[in-house]
Amino acid sequence: MNFETVIGLEVHVELKTNTKIFSSAPAHFGAEPNANIHITDLAYPGVMPVLNKSVVDFGMKAAMALNCDIADIMHFDRKHYTYPDNPKAYQISQEDRPIGTKGWVEIEVDGKKKKIRLNRIHLEEDAGKLTHTENGYSLVDLNRQGTPLIEIVSEADIRSPEEAYAFLEKLKAIVEYTGVSDCRMEEGSLRCDANVSLRPFGQEEFGTKTELKNLNSFNFVRRGLIYEVERQEKVLLSGGVIEQETRRYDEATGKTVLMRVKGEADDYRFINDPDLPEIHIDEDWKSRIRAEIPELPDARKERYMNDLDLPAYDAMVLTLTKEMSDFFDATVEAGADAKLASNWLMGEVSAYMNAEQKELSETALTPEGLASMVKLLKDGTISSKIAKKVFKELIEKGGNAAEIVKAKGLVQISDDATLRKMVTETLDANPQSIADYKDGKGRALGFLVGQIMKASKGQANPQLVNKILLEEVEKR
Amino acid sequence: MTLFSKTAAELQSLLHNKEVSVKDLTEESFARIAKTDDDVQAFLALDEKQALQRAEQLDKEPMDGRGPLFGLPIGIKDNIVTKGLETTAASRMLENFVPVFDATVVEKINNAGMVSVGKLNLDEFAMGSTTESSAFRTTRNPWNLDHVPGGSSGGSAAAVAAGEVPFALGTDTGGSIRQPAAFCGVVGMKPTYGRVSRLGVIPMAASLDQVGPITRNVTDNALLLSAIAGVDPKDSSSSAKEVLDYQKHLTGDIKGMKIGVPKEYLGEGVAEETKNAVQEALKVLESLGAEVEEVSLPHATYALPTYYFICASEASSGLARYDGIRYGHRTEHAQNLDELYRKSRAEGFGEEVKKRILLGTYTLSAAHYESVYKKAQKVRRLVAQDFANVFAKYDVIIGPTAPTTAYKIGDTSIDIATKNASDLLTTSVNLAGVPAISVPCGFSNGLPLGLQVIGNHFDEATVYKVAHAYEQATEFHTRTPAIWEGK
Amino acid sequence: MSTLTTEEIKAAALRAMLSVTEEEAQVYVEKLEVFDEYVNKLNELDTENVEPMTHALQQENVMREDVVTDVLDREVMLENVKESKDGQIKVPTIL
Repeated sequence: MNFETVIGLEVHVELKTNTKIFSSAPAHFGAEPNANIHITDLAYPGVMPVLNKSVVDFGMKAAMALNCDIADIMHFDRKHYTYPDNPKAYQISQEDRPIGTKGWVEIEVDGKKKKIRLNRIHLEEDAGKLTHTENGYSLVDLNRQGTPLIEIVSEADIRSPEEAYAFLEKLKAIVEYTGVSDCRMEEGSLRCDANVSLRPFGQEEFGTKTELKNLNSFNFVRRGLIYEVERQEKVLLSGGVIEQETRRYDEATGKTVLMRVKGEADDYRFINDPDLPEIHIDEDWKSRIRAEIPELPDARKERYMNDLDLPAYDAMVLTLTKEMSDFFDATVEAGADAKLASNWLMGEVSAYMNAEQKELSETALTPEGLASMVKLLKDGTISSKIAKKVFKELIEKGGNAAEIVKAKGLVQISDDATLRKMVTETLDANPQSIADYKDGKGRALGFLVGQIMKASKGQANPQLVNKILLEEVEKR
Repeated sequence: MTLFSKTAAELQSLLHNKEVSVKDLTEESFARIAKTDDDVQAFLALDEKQALQRAEQLDKEPMDGRGPLFGLPIGIKDNIVTKGLETTAASRMLENFVPVFDATVVEKINNAGMVSVGKLNLDEFAMGSTTESSAFRTTRNPWNLDHVPGGSSGGSAAAVAAGEVPFALGTDTGGSIRQPAAFCGVVGMKPTYGRVSRLGVIPMAASLDQVGPITRNVTDNALLLSAIAGVDPKDSSSSAKEVLDYQKHLTGDIKGMKIGVPKEYLGEGVAEETKNAVQEALKVLESLGAEVEEVSLPHATYALPTYYFICASEASSGLARYDGIRYGHRTEHAQNLDELYRKSRAEGFGEEVKKRILLGTYTLSAAHYESVYKKAQKVRRLVAQDFANVFAKYDVIIGPTAPTTAYKIGDTSIDIATKNASDLLTTSVNLAGVPAISVPCGFSNGLPLGLQVIGNHFDEATVYKVAHAYEQATEFHTRTPAIWEGK
Repeated sequence: MSTLTTEEIKAAALRAMLSVTEEEAQVYVEKLEVFDEYVNKLNELDTENVEPMTHALQQENVMREDVVTDVLDREVMLENVKESKDGQIKVPTIL
């Protein structure tokens, strides 16, 4: 690599308020086109925008979680451009005074931590949907028109496609934790455009950048950037010049394709929107929102490692989603051993969720239920084999481990007298095995243990069986 | 004399005594329109069937619980949307457009029990000061049919002046209520910016527009403003300041009121007869106990370029949405998307509208944004500051509403000094956002002259008080044009 | 020498989704010839320390609660739409 890669990302996140940012139509997708519309969304003559207070709350929350300075005074601007999915022929956005400035997101790539700075976060409205057909016309659906968005613009601090991927993952986790968005690229509630340029190492001046669009998953973002970096490098090495272009990522081929050349800068003719007054955000408002921000992923990871002695890997996996992390916290709160709880969540629980395509909340498992099982495991009431049976019941039907164990008679047998009786009976029934063992065939012991476990329907405590078996065999 | 030479109070009294019914008043309105509107051409659309149905319903309402505007006919400028009734803004762009909601002011006049009879002509998209740029018809001044009624609320002023309706709603962005009121010898008030809801009012310039009442006397004007004013949760630029019962302030007592007369308002371009009429009016006010002094609005001449750039910029923004896709005129000759936009707009918009869009787009383009648009916004603050400085010491500012009487229809030779003076007298009021009224103050060659009374923000009460006192000490407001029945 | 040329008019027309011929552009240049004069007039004033006046009425924090209301019926919406298909609005393609 002869060149340094310089990447900046623009991420749009849909806020999941009940209504749109400037109209009181529902903000979620209706099944039917043009079912969630308001006269304001149609841009009829004489309609006016009215700001949804929750959008400010949600936007502020996200901006604070991303470490931004929150504006004391902000306003809205009209950004003019023409397209059929943009009814007013302008978008109401924030140009001069956005809600947040100067934040950062910390990422970790190859064991190295790095802060990616944010330039700004601003509120704006989404456009409708334009669907192209093959028959010489396109169709406009305005359900999405007016959906509240925050636009998060990073500084050009990202230095590799890997860092871009890590940035997006961390950003998604943080925003998801605040509860203001589902952040699902596959559903369109998180979108990403990338700007990428190359420059010789040591050069301060940025190279010419190209803009990448149609990056519909974090993986495609990474792949698109990898391709574009290679493409730009080839051009530069052959003595060519990078044109300021907008390029489209083609999923089928993995390449970026020219969409349009950026000739003169888009002239958006911004004006301060006269229909909307300024918003003054005082300290009280900021404090209220700040107090609503839950413990964020990085802080939880630290706590899991420092206070609960969990390994870094566990901490990372457990905090991938707030749902998982909250569940884990509640399970530990209900008395479960942290490491055991972690193992079960990362293992059996996650496997079940994947196989059944369910969210945690969609299973019957509760933190109390999981904790009850972990407790029985820890104190030896059940073996891990039994635990698997109990777990199946817990996650499919819910309930409490102790009750399930009782109902199904799954209590592990640890009573010395009972076990000794079983051992004695099995030894009596298998004289050849005793002889084999005394001959030095260690496998015979395993066979005997197996027999005892079978006889006890798996409920005998395997460690105690081993111990008692050895004692009894020595007596013979 | 006809019914509509009576005041609202007198008409209400007739209704109360059952000497007339609401239906009678409504029929009177349509009869007068049938008689005079072939000449005046004030109305674009009439809603006779609906109006009569409504009148019949209203007649069934019990006597108590009826407000002061109950059962009275009103015309609505056609840039104010009316649900189910075609609203065109006098443009081919909106020909046959039927709104799906009522403007808030329309809801309010309905709640007040008024009967809306139809939509009134204007300059296309309110861009103009003669109503000649309407795509559909030319409205004529009832005092002299060869002359313009003024604009852009020409239809509203003419309909009231011709006795077709006793009340009308207009809009004012740079003088569009006041100047036609002056030209037509009626009373027109532009309230403080934010006093009246703009929801459903097709904007010309969103930071300058206001809806206001046009009537034959100040008392009725105050009644109508009380009914339409007030905060609207659907209009974020509307003010939550308390709406006064303006009528209560019409005491006739203006002793000790301090009146400022800007020297800039009686300068170049203002006709002698206008200056004389204003001087006479000031003498009347002095005789009523007011103190009159000369003042200065030093940035008065800068209002012209400021208004020019800000109005066009905001207009170009507000008109960008007209493309025929979701409503309105859609070209039949589009081979592709680009043609759909350009041809629909080229076919739908008239010349004046196109000119303002081009001017606004050019002003806002990157090269000029800072140096022209932002500069104009800064000068706007200086213009507004002038008013604040004067109102620190004076109750109202008085001057002429228009520099001359109404021009002749089709007159393209109006001199630059007159045009400039015309803008100078009215536009700074909108830039500052303060309220102003025009009341009749004389005649010249058979055409009316108007006196403008300007007040401080949200001080419509004082404006009305002064205007009313003056009106009651004169008889200009009682005169009617020859076109009235019985003359 | 005016800064407002027919080229500028045509560029503005392009952005404003209008179309003007060369002759029409010339007419607009004449109609808007006062542009420069007005700019010069504004520049007579020193506005170094003056804040732009963006609103006629200084208000703040006018907002609404996040409650669904006044949803527009699609059938009503379609009444004003000249070309539609399956509840969506039809427009020609770009090319």
